[in-house]
Amino acid sequence: MRVVTPKLSIIDRIYIPALVKGLYTTIKHFFMRRFTQEYPEEKRKPFPGYRGLHRLNKDHLGRVKCVACYMCATACPSQCIEIEAAEAPWKDREKYPVKFEINTLRCIFCGMCEEACPELSIQLTYIYEMADVTREAFVRRKDDLLATNEFWVLKEY
Amino acid sequence: MSPFWIDLIIILIKVIVVMGALLGGVMMMAIVERRGAGFLQERLGPNRVGPWGFFQPIADGIKLFFKEEFIPAQAHKLLYLAAPAFFVFIAFATFAVIPFGDKLELFGRTIQLQIADVNIGILYIFAFASLGVYGIVIAGWASNNKFSLMGGLRSAAQMISYEVALGLSIIGILMVVHSLRLNDIIVAQTHYWGYLPRWNIFVQPLGFLIFLIATFAEVNRIPFDLCEAEQELVVGYQVEYGSMKFVMYYMGEYVNLVTFSALIVVLFFGGWHIPWIEGLAIHPLLLALLQVGAFVVKVFAFLWFFVWVRWTFPRFRYDQLMRFGWLVLLPLAIFNIFATGVVMVLIP
Repeated sequence: MRVVTPKLSIIDRIYIPALVKGLYTTIKHFFMRRFTQEYPEEKRKPFPGYRGLHRLNKDHLGRVKCVACYMCATACPSQCIEIEAAEAPWKDREKYPVKFEINTLRCIFCGMCEEACPELSIQLTYIYEMADVTREAFVRRKDDLLATNEFWVLKEY
Repeated sequence: MSPFWIDLIIILIKVIVVMGALLGGVMMMAIVERRGAGFLQERLGPNRVGPWGFFQPIADGIKLFFKEEFIPAQAHKLLYLAAPAFFVFIAFATFAVIPFGDKLELFGRTIQLQIADVNIGILYIFAFASLGVYGIVIAGWASNNKFSLMGGLRSAAQMISYEVALGLSIIGILMVVHSLRLNDIIVAQTHYWGYLPRWNIFVQPLGFLIFLIATFAEVNRIPFDLCEAEQELVVGYQVEYGSMKFVMYYMGEYVNLVTFSALIVVLFFGGWHIPWIEGLAIHPLLLALLQVGAFVVKVFAFLWFFVWVRWTFPRFRYDQLMRFGWLVLLPLAIFNIFATGVVMVLIP
């Protein structure tokens, strides 16, 4: 390919006006709005449909909604859900989970469990701050998952 | 006390004050550069340590101080260790002849606000500034790393090319002022053309432009930071330097920056001269302090300009650098001398 270099006029060949223009451009940005979010003070608002930490929902009687059907564990591509079912103490369902663990280190937050759930029991929340210091802390047990809601806060150490 | 001791103490105080001011300037620049970069890129920059992020350099210094002291196995130990010390020494020593204020009358004594009033001040500065490149070249050679060596070589070539233009660009001023003493150059700029102060920028605009551009090359700042070039050479001559040895280069670079900003101010912007202040009745002591303040403000304006340019322009390619230095700046500098001579003959 033949590259045609444009003929520069004398003003372009001096380069000084172009340099001044460049300096003007950058100083203009100096006075523009800053896009930095100062994270710990200023939290990002997750967009609708954001897939964060899991929670287990309760029904109107405060019982766990989950019926231990294993649909979520089956759908899970990273196999991070571990459920142990037992006979339900209530009349309206057969089973309930005695153990419901999600290993959030394995979890890829794809939301397939949420889609598979027939009872709308497991849901992904907007919580995205999940840092912790031990491996065990990342395995979220049934009580943790039930206690998880939008107002869930980091544990103090 | 005998006058000798008093003079000695005065000089020592001046040295300490200037050293402190330079180190303070380095710290200021470290934070101003990073926050300025942030602001020019619509970010905030470091603002966590202290008010406005002001203690960030201290935090960085503490961090760097506790880093591992590392010497490459194949390095020439003596030169490897001597190079940063030499670099920082030269950087500080260069500032010695810069006058940062007019004469100060204190307790019946006249104190020159300048460490050394040398009658060949400009030559002293150029001599020392060119020595500074040895710190870089020796570092490049002694650390036995090909990137370092290339950085050192480039730096040497660049310094030689641009120092010619740098030196020739101020010949016009020397022709007008008839003196190499920096104080005389400033005093010559305290006159007026009507209302316009007779600063050398108005006398020698072309000389100023050449000097400014060559200064960027001399202090290895961004359009000409060929010896660092983090994309090609990692950081050139500094590759093998860590911990406090790195800090020495960092400090030396910023001190060089301050020195050359001060030199631009002295040569082209009237040094400590405040325009239109002569008619006002101000106590001489206050006036002297105001003039020091004016000098500091002017220097900081130029330091900011260096930062501003750094985050605006891309780096030159090596052949562009050489062509620009030898084929554009040098002929222009010589033309400037010629034009100044012609004007001086025509308008005595």
